[in-house]
Amino acid sequence: MSDVAAPKLVRAPALRRALEGTPWRRFMILAGFALAWELYARWLDNALLLPTLGATLAALWSAILSGELPNRALTSLRVLITGYALGVAVAAVLTTVAALSRWGNEALGLLTSMFNPLPAIALLPIALLWFGVGTPSLIFVIVHSVLWPVALACYGGFLAVPPTLRMAGRNLGLSGGRFVAEILVPAAFPQILSGLRIGWAFAWRTLIAAELVFGVSARSGGIGWFIYTSRAQLETASVFAGLLTVILIGLLVEGVIFRTLTRITVQRWGQAQT
Amino acid sequence: MNVAPRLTGLASGSVPPALLELDHVSISYPTPDGILTAVEDVSFRISAGERLVLLGPSGCGKSTLLRAVGGFLSPSAGELLMNGRRIGAPGPDRMTVFQEFDQLLPWRTVLGNVRYALERGKSMPRRDADGVARRWIERVGLKNFVDAFPHTLSGGMKQRVAIARAFALEPALLLMDEPFAALDALTRRQMQDELLKLCEETGNTALFVTHGIDEAIRVGTRILALTPHPGRLAATFDVPLDTRSRGSSGFAELERRIQETVFSAPEIDHV
Repeated sequence: MSDVAAPKLVRAPALRRALEGTPWRRFMILAGFALAWELYARWLDNALLLPTLGATLAALWSAILSGELPNRALTSLRVLITGYALGVAVAAVLTTVAALSRWGNEALGLLTSMFNPLPAIALLPIALLWFGVGTPSLIFVIVHSVLWPVALACYGGFLAVPPTLRMAGRNLGLSGGRFVAEILVPAAFPQILSGLRIGWAFAWRTLIAAELVFGVSARSGGIGWFIYTSRAQLETASVFAGLLTVILIGLLVEGVIFRTLTRITVQRWGQAQT
Repeated sequence: MNVAPRLTGLASGSVPPALLELDHVSISYPTPDGILTAVEDVSFRISAGERLVLLGPSGCGKSTLLRAVGGFLSPSAGELLMNGRRIGAPGPDRMTVFQEFDQLLPWRTVLGNVRYALERGKSMPRRDADGVARRWIERVGLKNFVDAFPHTLSGGMKQRVAIARAFALEPALLLMDEPFAALDALTRRQMQDELLKLCEETGNTALFVTHGIDEAIRVGTRILALTPHPGRLAATFDVPLDTRSRGSSGFAELERRIQETVFSAPEIDHV
């Protein structure tokens, strides 16, 4: 066939590209918020209720330097990643079974509609009963918080794969696990990715909440435990420092890991949903 | 299995060996309003080297028939035989070019799509698959787009990739489900001519579905006309070589004859 010529593209000027981007607007909003906090805290003048931004950052800095906060964060993240990986793995198995059989399909539909609305933290008492106070209980509730939203998103994504694409895959003789792994999963990746995102947010919240509840007797607590003890010792600046850490880690995962993942996958494939 | 009668048929030499044989095939499927018969009692055969066109208005079951040959659905009665063996599952010996543009894997580049098909469909090692894929991409005129992702391509270019992918696997039978129906008229004409050239160069056997009479005459060596509700065979037309070029007197004459046979049947003259 005759050759199709490639189109020619010209880059927009650098200044215009910078001004059209969102980073500088976000920076301005953050700076405004920080200023408002500092001014209001100074006017209030009650370090027990609301420490200034400066005091909070100082507390954050010293907690980081002393190694306490990094240790706490690491403890939390270790538990979180274990639970998250486990939850995603179980979700993958469930949705694969659901994609390949009618019974699996019905089972998954029923299970997700039963368990998805149930807040993971509500299972903590049961978890404590079964696994005692400690990491296994935390992992149990995290798995529960990740499993159902991820399974729901994967399955919804599988259902939305265009029939033509399915046929194109089967045309190559693909079936079973290979069909799921090489056609359905990448085709449903936009939905799977948003499921992973939601799962991550749920897991992070659930973990901090669970740590606040029973950090009391765990020997090495995470960030939730750091917040809890700081409050007990009336070190409000450290409480805020703990909260800031929770937010920062959340932002880091969202802004670095998930954004990168989106850029190198669905955006490159022209499947970004936004 | 009624293999015996066909074998005697072959032995007598009266019938050329059929690559594909449809034997009294009916296809119906359930809909919310009841069971719909899409195809009723259709029989035909394709010999190697032929390009058979199933031509008919929408609702005549031509795409359904193609899906059944592809192995994507099974007939409710009758038999579909490929080289004498009943068609079960889909397979790369019957590569299909679909009408829809989303038949390409969006997460693979143009090269990736064709190469992946070769790796999976023909179990070809990656290095060999790469070479074959590049040759076919060049052949359909997309050598400037080897590393492009499908979403950056126009509809016509996506169909070129799908055609390259199908030809690269050297299927025994090439299935085309109105591959150009969603293209603009100019692109469609160009693609028809280029497809015809590829078919003639490779000598590939093809089953082509369309609702365009001119497309049928242009690409086919034989045309089966179908009438709708339910889909039945109405007539067969051979397309002589000299009839194939647009503007020839034979082309117009054949077009008129087909028009009268298929599209002027009393119950569908409003189509």
